[in-house]
Amino acid sequence: MLRIEPRESPSRWWTLGVPIASALLALLLAAIPLAFAGANIFEGYRQMAKGIFGSTFAFTEMLTRATPLIFTGLAVTLAFRAKLWNIGAEGQLYLGAMAAVIVGTGMIDAPPFILIPIILLAGASAGAVGMAGPAYLKTRFGADEVVTTLLLNFIILIFLQMMLEGPLKDPMGMGWPQSKPIVDDGILPQLLPRMRVHAGLIIALLAAVIAHIMLSKTVWGLKLRAVGENAAAALHAGIKVKRTIIGAAIVSGALAGLAGVGEVTGLRGYLTTDLSPGYGYTGIVVAMLAGLSPIGVVISALFIASIFVGADSMSRAMGVSSYLADLVVAMSLICVLVGGFVARYRITRTGKGDV
Amino acid sequence: MDILNILISDSFWAASLRIATPLIFGVLGALICERSGVLNLGIEGIFVAGAMAGWMAVWFGAGLWGGLLVAASVGALFGLLHAVLTVPLGLSQHVSGLGITMLATSVSYFAYRTALPNLSSPPRIEPFQPLDIPIISDIPFIGAVLSQQTAMTWLALFLVLLVWWVLERTPLGLAIRAVGDNPDAVDAQGLSVYALRIGAVMAGSALMALGGAFLTMSAFDSFFFGMVNGRGWIAIALVIFASWRPGKALLGALLFGAFDAFQVRLQTEVGAFVPSQIFLMAPYVLSIIALVIVARRAEYPRALLKPWFKGQR
Repeated sequence: MLRIEPRESPSRWWTLGVPIASALLALLLAAIPLAFAGANIFEGYRQMAKGIFGSTFAFTEMLTRATPLIFTGLAVTLAFRAKLWNIGAEGQLYLGAMAAVIVGTGMIDAPPFILIPIILLAGASAGAVGMAGPAYLKTRFGADEVVTTLLLNFIILIFLQMMLEGPLKDPMGMGWPQSKPIVDDGILPQLLPRMRVHAGLIIALLAAVIAHIMLSKTVWGLKLRAVGENAAAALHAGIKVKRTIIGAAIVSGALAGLAGVGEVTGLRGYLTTDLSPGYGYTGIVVAMLAGLSPIGVVISALFIASIFVGADSMSRAMGVSSYLADLVVAMSLICVLVGGFVARYRITRTGKGDV
Repeated sequence: MDILNILISDSFWAASLRIATPLIFGVLGALICERSGVLNLGIEGIFVAGAMAGWMAVWFGAGLWGGLLVAASVGALFGLLHAVLTVPLGLSQHVSGLGITMLATSVSYFAYRTALPNLSSPPRIEPFQPLDIPIISDIPFIGAVLSQQTAMTWLALFLVLLVWWVLERTPLGLAIRAVGDNPDAVDAQGLSVYALRIGAVMAGSALMALGGAFLTMSAFDSFFFGMVNGRGWIAIALVIFASWRPGKALLGALLFGAFDAFQVRLQTEVGAFVPSQIFLMAPYVLSIIALVIVARRAEYPRALLKPWFKGQR
């Protein structure tokens, strides 16, 4: 008879090895859909690698893709650590982007070193409000935040459509539902000439370091983790659980909002409803692959961005649907879940009836 | 009075029932899973998979009922994956469910694109047609409402009865409810907690897939990207609203359908003054409001979200 029992202490080897093995396994599993699509599997992988490391431009494109994923990955990490299921990073991203175009398209006239911080603050605040709402409904009324944040994603996107066809519409936009462009002084600077990678990446890396310090070196982080591990015990220990949850929600939403700010002010320059191809949802995969560690988020965001960029260029070269990338990302989430189980438990044989 | 005219027209109630149908499948499916103690956030993706697989089967000549069978099987398969991850392995039901949604959605999109590349307009199938049942269609008003529905709506209504009967009136239903409330007691009775939960999740997921199939095989006649559009999440909200009871689930789905049909008609009345997006937002806002109202009183199945391992109390 098989029996599941926890390992004495999951070693460092397991905690590091599992995500890497899961990511590689998911990449290997991509061979199945590739074969179904009738493509040459080895050529597929070669094209993928070429799309990531083939040129400086390819590599910086990967970094550009990773930037919003670091933000949303951090947003999910901080929330999930408090067992606050923020599935609404997608909506909060758009709230941040909306705030950025409200303050950054001519409302404020200031030099970059003043305007850019204002835009960042506005976007972070908008995202924070977007997650504070569901957290309030959870702590005040017991409304499940999974459902409220998921539904809010749809509401916010429709609200954005309304804004882009109304008050935020660019009168010079040839009738397209898009916002006015961010003013020059509000644009995040490019990191390399002629490449799209922008200062948002630096801000994202800083955010990861700050999140790491907040989570593991401050009392705030200690409380947050305590609430996540055992809310009843945390309450018993005198921690204000509801306030901690709201606090986690505000930081989480702010980070997701910054993802939207970065995309608008660093990459696109204006806002449309297709700003994000699901960065908010992909942030969940990034966070889980990272084992909910802020520094790990940076690495897993780079990996997921590589998959997207690599699969994109492969699908262009070989005519395989680019949904392959989403498929690999989804598979890596399932793999890392199972991997986490393997790290924490072992299956042992016991004699029959010996339960 | 225009609003009154809307409410007494049979086309309004027919539309309400039509909009409610995929939600009835979805709420019943989610309800079965949750009654056994497993939250299934794979629902949104399973809707997509059911919509794609059912449609694709018909497109390749399986016939409409064959298509439904394919959709239900695909749903059950994704359910099996979710159940294996969350029941014997006891992994996070939230994360696994979201993973299933991502996986089912991307597999469906990839399969559709791979099987039918380079299409300018989505191909169509011959969908389910309204079922005209002689005696019923003679009933005034109700007959007019029902005779505009397809066999899938009848199937959904029949499933409400079936699920109610199984859950409330059979030993199997008792066991499923018990496993969602007190798995230790079920284990002590010598029944398999794992088998009951895995079976319930597979059955529930099959129903969710039928909800998706309704979209491509009855409401419309082709498959679009993004056509599920949050219906799965709305079903998850409606389960809480329905306090995990099939009868209330039907009522919730119908109320929701009525509201949605009403806002579409209201839109034509006041559309000149109010942006159309206000109406598009309404169903999602309504779901949140309903959730907030009932949340405090909601009596979740006691073992929901709690993993259970054999031989470990």
